[in-house]
Amino acid sequence: MREINAEVISEKVAMMCQDANRYLGEDVSKAIAESVDKEESPTGKAVLKQLEENIQIARNSDIPLCQDTGFAVFFVEWGQEAILTGGTLDEAINEGVRRGYAEGYLRKSIVEDPLQRVNTGDNTPAVINLEMVAGDQVKIAFAPKGGGSENMSTVQILKPSDGYEGVVDFVVDHVNKAGPNPCPPIVVGIGLGGTLEKVAYLAKKALIRPLGHENPDNYYAEMEKEILQKVNDLGIGPQGFGGRITALAVHIETYPCHIASLPVAVNINCHASRHGEIVI
Amino acid sequence: MDFKHLQTPLSDDGVLSLEAGDNVYINGIIYTARDAAHKKLIELMENGEELPLDLTGQVIYYVGPTPPKPGQVIGSAGPTTSGRMDAYTPQMLAAGMKGCIGKGSRNQAVKDALKKYQGVYFAAVGGAGALLSQRITKFEVVAYPELGPEAIHLLEVKNFPVTVVNDAQGRDLYEIGANKYKRV
Repeated sequence: MREINAEVISEKVAMMCQDANRYLGEDVSKAIAESVDKEESPTGKAVLKQLEENIQIARNSDIPLCQDTGFAVFFVEWGQEAILTGGTLDEAINEGVRRGYAEGYLRKSIVEDPLQRVNTGDNTPAVINLEMVAGDQVKIAFAPKGGGSENMSTVQILKPSDGYEGVVDFVVDHVNKAGPNPCPPIVVGIGLGGTLEKVAYLAKKALIRPLGHENPDNYYAEMEKEILQKVNDLGIGPQGFGGRITALAVHIETYPCHIASLPVAVNINCHASRHGEIVI
Repeated sequence: MDFKHLQTPLSDDGVLSLEAGDNVYINGIIYTARDAAHKKLIELMENGEELPLDLTGQVIYYVGPTPPKPGQVIGSAGPTTSGRMDAYTPQMLAAGMKGCIGKGSRNQAVKDALKKYQGVYFAAVGGAGALLSQRITKFEVVAYPELGPEAIHLLEVKNFPVTVVNDAQGRDLYEIGANKYKRV
């Protein structure tokens, strides 16, 4: 059995919180750069160029890309031959978030209670999704999630008879209603199948797939392309000022589902689609 | 890209010269307020009490910045979603506010109030908080320090880039823009 100390996890998580909020991934930077040429609207083009400049300033001046440094969401793949020592996984990750958000001068955006709304002051607790996998390695993916785009997300249990077209229409209609609010150009994460909680999880997981990687199943890869085209035909454009580039990518994740249901979830991410990953 | 220049506080003439889609550089003093600060201001208004700032001609920026690092004026400072302030905006305009900066669409009551009181709604680029922070030269607490990033702050801005979304004539860039580029 391989031992992993909780302190190692806290340290690496703290660093990842800071890095992900300052350095936008190459995949997203590249997608934004490529969209400048495709954008027909002069205002849209100007917005995309501001986003490129923003990425450079964040990197060079050590300042977060966006003031909403997000809810700290983690996807942990724990190799079941590894043992955690010196604390629980919850404590280890939350301690990393606490340190990372303080040392990185990141905004603390979490309130203790949904209705009484007092800030916890250190951006904890994180949302931790855990999967046990084979082997003795631990992979931790981090995706700080902004409130503006999360607020424009939804879940619905469709009827099986709604089928492929029903799903496409539901997603496109939803993105249209969200309009300028989630800070387009957006990334659209779609969960299909499973149960109520599983489908929301799938939609979130779809957002951490690197841009430029399509669904490995050709059927869903084609569906991703079709939805992307339809979303970009809405004309919402960068920041909703009108234009061609409403979304940078559409990602679909699926799971088997009950004979009676067709669950679909749409989780929208803004253009600052931040994610980091460490392997221990 | 052409930019109009506006100095704060705004005058009626300044507001009426703007049209949805105009790109504008704002210069001068603006104030920050988000949900919690709006709630407090409206409570004072309803109780007939004095406000911690004179809203006449002022521009309110919906922002909750990240804390500044030592040596920085302000942290990342992009706009938050304006719709959460819709419930308060007509009263803010009635109290003298002339402009507000955020991102995302406003409800009909806000659009009507912008016409009635000759106000303007600007959008700054959401998610460009690092870039926007470079256009802010002063950042001071004015009221409600206990609200942290949600406190009311005074900002001095230089060539702060915004786009007119809703003008005082009732035009809406979000509708105009999407209709222009829509492919059915």
